Amino acid sequence: MLNKLYDWIDERLDITPIWRDIADHEVPEHVNPAHHFSAFVYCFGGLTFFVTVIQILSGMFLTMYYTPDVVNAWKSVYYLQNEVGAGEIIRGMHHWGASLVIVMMFLHTLRVFFTGSYKKPRELNWIVGVLIFAVILGLGFTGYLLPWDMKALFATKVGIEIAASVPIIGEAIKILLAGDTTILGAQTLTRFFAIHVFFLPAALLGLLAAHFIMIRRQGISGPL
Amino acid sequence: MSNNRVSRRQFLNYTLTGVGGFMAAGMLMPMVRFAVDPVLAKKGGGEYVLTEKKVSDLTEKPEKVDFTYEQADAWYKSDVTDNAWVYKDGDKIIAISPVCKHLGCTVNWDGDPAHPNQFFCPCHAGRYEKNGKNIPKTPPLGPLDQFQVKEKDGFLMIGKVIPNTMVKQ
Repeated sequence: MLNKLYDWIDERLDITPIWRDIADHEVPEHVNPAHHFSAFVYCFGGLTFFVTVIQILSGMFLTMYYTPDVVNAWKSVYYLQNEVGAGEIIRGMHHWGASLVIVMMFLHTLRVFFTGSYKKPRELNWIVGVLIFAVILGLGFTGYLLPWDMKALFATKVGIEIAASVPIIGEAIKILLAGDTTILGAQTLTRFFAIHVFFLPAALLGLLAAHFIMIRRQGISGPL
Repeated sequence: MSNNRVSRRQFLNYTLTGVGGFMAAGMLMPMVRFAVDPVLAKKGGGEYVLTEKKVSDLTEKPEKVDFTYEQADAWYKSDVTDNAWVYKDGDKIIAISPVCKHLGCTVNWDGDPAHPNQFFCPCHAGRYEKNGKNIPKTPPLGPLDQFQVKEKDGFLMIGKVIPNTMVKQ
């Protein structure tokens, strides 16, 4: 059945070369854990992406209930976690996944560093990787405020004060982040929400695309 | 061995699809449950609400009676005021819901001077008789709903919405 459906579409649109191009690529022996178990360190990049996909999916579902408003934010989080079916699981996925992305990304960075994979001709991919690192940290920082509890509020206060310590433009960065010269409140929450669900994910998807196109172009770096 | 030998490629295909499908299902099942929660939620309401209307003041002419109750809309609680068109039919108290059965606008008694003694919906000129029966050749396809009613210490209480009991379809 499925084969027939596939053939019917393929006959008209010739889709085989498209996915072949994506799926068929060499997996050298030195990165295959079936040959050398220690090669599992080469899995960290893929695992980072896998957890990122979980973050995007669980985040999409969380916005069905979450309200970025100072009066209702905490209440809506409480409601979606305790009253909605599977709410504890979905919020748990997003909460724990957020830490896991950063752990996996850090391990992936270490692997690239210690195998020297950032060297010529892959310098550009290292730079894109560092940008992805920054975007993920930004997602972690902006997402931390959204539950709007005391921990979130004071963590963000500290984070914004750190940003304000930048010479000359520090004060401007602070106001830009908080949305107000003195208050960390309504405008901060809506801003952080917008940055967390629209701006940074858009940047992340673009950077990830560049990251993957480059690794496919250049192939996995050789054995040590 | 059977005639249909499973090739190594097939075996790997099945195993990987199975494991991948299991993992995808493990991720997606809670997400779907989370999203469909409102459909599975129990329907609330049905509590009787006390109005400020004395039963002895009711007449044969439908009269708009307001009633206020606390509504829990997920994390947002608020007082909501609804109304009913209440009249006496002999000894019986009838409370008609003002929600038009066409597309849910609000009907008014004597709302259209051209058609007195009828409920009138301003949105698409739907009309109903006093007992809620929809008038043919106007948009509504069914009679207006009714509220369950009770009396307490001489005051009217309004309960949950039920299908019209006076009009035979």
